[in-house]
Amino acid sequence: MISYTEAINLGYKEVMRSDPKVVAFGLGINDPKRIFGTTNGLLEMFGAQRVFDTPTSENGMTGIGIGMALGGFKPIMVHQRLDFFLLAMDQLVNSAAKWNYMFGGQQSVPITIRLITGRGWGQGPTHSQSLHSWFAHIPGLRVYMPSTPSDAFNCLVNSTHDPDPCIIIEHRWLHGSSGVIHRSKDMDLPRLVVKGSDITVVCLSYATVEAQRAVQKLNKYGISCEVFDMRCVSPLSLEEVFRSVEQTGRLLVLDTSWGSCSVGSDIIRRVCERSFESLKVAPKLMSLPSHPEPTSFGLTRGFHYTSREIAESIVKLVGKDVPLNVITNLYAQMHHDVPGDWFKGPF
Amino acid sequence: MTYSAEASLALLMMMLRVRMVEERIASEYSKGLIRCPTHLSIGQEAVAAGVSAGLTLEDKVVSTHRAHAHYLAKGGDLRGLICELYGKEQGCSAGRGGSMHLVDLKAGFYGSTAIVGNTIPIGVGLAYAEKISYSSNTVVIYIGDAAIEEGVFYESLNFAALHRLPVLFVCENNMYSVYTPLKERQPENRRLEDVAAGIGARCLSGDGNDVEQVRNLSAFAVSECRVGRGPFFLKLDTYRWREHCGPNYDNHIGYRTEGEFLEWKEKDPIERFLLKMKESEKISGQVIENFRREIQAEIDAEIAFAEAQPYPDPKTASLNVFKVSP
Repeated sequence: MISYTEAINLGYKEVMRSDPKVVAFGLGINDPKRIFGTTNGLLEMFGAQRVFDTPTSENGMTGIGIGMALGGFKPIMVHQRLDFFLLAMDQLVNSAAKWNYMFGGQQSVPITIRLITGRGWGQGPTHSQSLHSWFAHIPGLRVYMPSTPSDAFNCLVNSTHDPDPCIIIEHRWLHGSSGVIHRSKDMDLPRLVVKGSDITVVCLSYATVEAQRAVQKLNKYGISCEVFDMRCVSPLSLEEVFRSVEQTGRLLVLDTSWGSCSVGSDIIRRVCERSFESLKVAPKLMSLPSHPEPTSFGLTRGFHYTSREIAESIVKLVGKDVPLNVITNLYAQMHHDVPGDWFKGPF
Repeated sequence: MTYSAEASLALLMMMLRVRMVEERIASEYSKGLIRCPTHLSIGQEAVAAGVSAGLTLEDKVVSTHRAHAHYLAKGGDLRGLICELYGKEQGCSAGRGGSMHLVDLKAGFYGSTAIVGNTIPIGVGLAYAEKISYSSNTVVIYIGDAAIEEGVFYESLNFAALHRLPVLFVCENNMYSVYTPLKERQPENRRLEDVAAGIGARCLSGDGNDVEQVRNLSAFAVSECRVGRGPFFLKLDTYRWREHCGPNYDNHIGYRTEGEFLEWKEKDPIERFLLKMKESEKISGQVIENFRREIQAEIDAEIAFAEAQPYPDPKTASLNVFKVSP
């Protein structure tokens, strides 16, 4: 078993060892904390030309990464918070995503961009956004949201070898999770987490963890959920989800961001267009309330749905009775703003 | 460094070729077959010709929305340019990019794009790639005076200075961003090159309508870049004769005066250099006339070729979003 952060670190070491064209950079990549430990040892193993800290210049550094990619290298860029990457939209949208297309397919941009989404401990309005739908809106980008160490490893390794630009969004609360690595090239497809027959639950990123808690509990009371982890949110591959909904007739989608114009709402739109006749009840999207994430410990309670609210939604959609205490017992015993004892802030 | 008569002739020919191609684009434009925003460099040819004279095929160039001259001077394929303007598959970007998105990798022209400042970091990234590959190639980034107002200019130049990258920023100062003059955009007594110097580039400036001066300044900067003494910033004053975007003259619409235009027209880089060469008897009128005829024939042929091609199949419009399709 290794942790999510160790899996990423292992991914870096593997691709950098096997391919001298892979370079890694980002603000803090070589600092004492090494991007939450994900870049430990890289500088020492691969040297300062291939592993370098950067000026605080998100747009410039993204363009520089694109230029390096056009010059034959395979850059892996990292931002400790996704929110800062908003400064780089020109280079992401107008350059990386379009280069291959607008020059007639002559040169693609093999860049990998890691973005970390924060949550809890007062991350507040501008350290907690998960803007995957922005990136998913743009043709030409692959957008991954791995929720397990294995997928985090595979997403990084596969993206580095991918000739096209890839974005990997890591939820900070997943960094402490652990698991076993299974090599896979299937990161573009949803991961079938558990098979079931009453309802299809499609999860993004950390929502997969919360959903599993709810689903395991409900299973004991005869509710059988089929759970998918949408580890690639763009381009969306939904064949398995369509097939599932056609059997269950029910759909719950769990997005980790706001609901309007979201990946979650788009999944529901596509399911409705494709499999409308199969639906027994209206599909449901769970997402964040339409306001920025507040900072205060007192204000953040309830901002993010948990396994309890997920269980409530499932029970309602399935229309089965479950003892009330089953659901209320899903409340985490710890503080609502941390994922577990391993996380003590500050970010 | 002294240059041969042949080298001078080559400079003249390059300027003339660029001028004639663009004059022809301007005269064809109203026919409605060139259906994309087109920014002409007529009047600014000395910059591209002078800078390219010091570059090898392996040196790399990136540029802006006004890139025809940079593309041609670096050796970009004329058919690729013309067909691109006409939206044909044989265009350098297969009709997907138009005038503002030119590329010719064989010539070392790595791409021009439409957003002001957009290719600056890309050029710097190419230069980083050259540096860590231990090559002696240099990257030239063409920008205009407005790019100095973009944040990405500072971000990129800072990184280039930090790592002493082999990159030359060539700033064509034509004094207008679309129709907004420099004095509305930047403090009056501040020089563009001083800004770049403050970030850490080595800076030069000169007359952008004097092709020999451009060549000499640029050649020095490039030679320094090749041995690890970059980055350089070269500011060259020049003037676009036609409207910001499109084939016409626009001195009557009120953002600049006919007088200002005529003053710059007097400094036509081609006429000036031609006169100088004639005075020193380096060239005869007959040679020029022959050359004009050759270029004319080449342009005629390429326009006819582009017009004769069918448009790309609309079914192919969805291709190449990804190199590897999902």
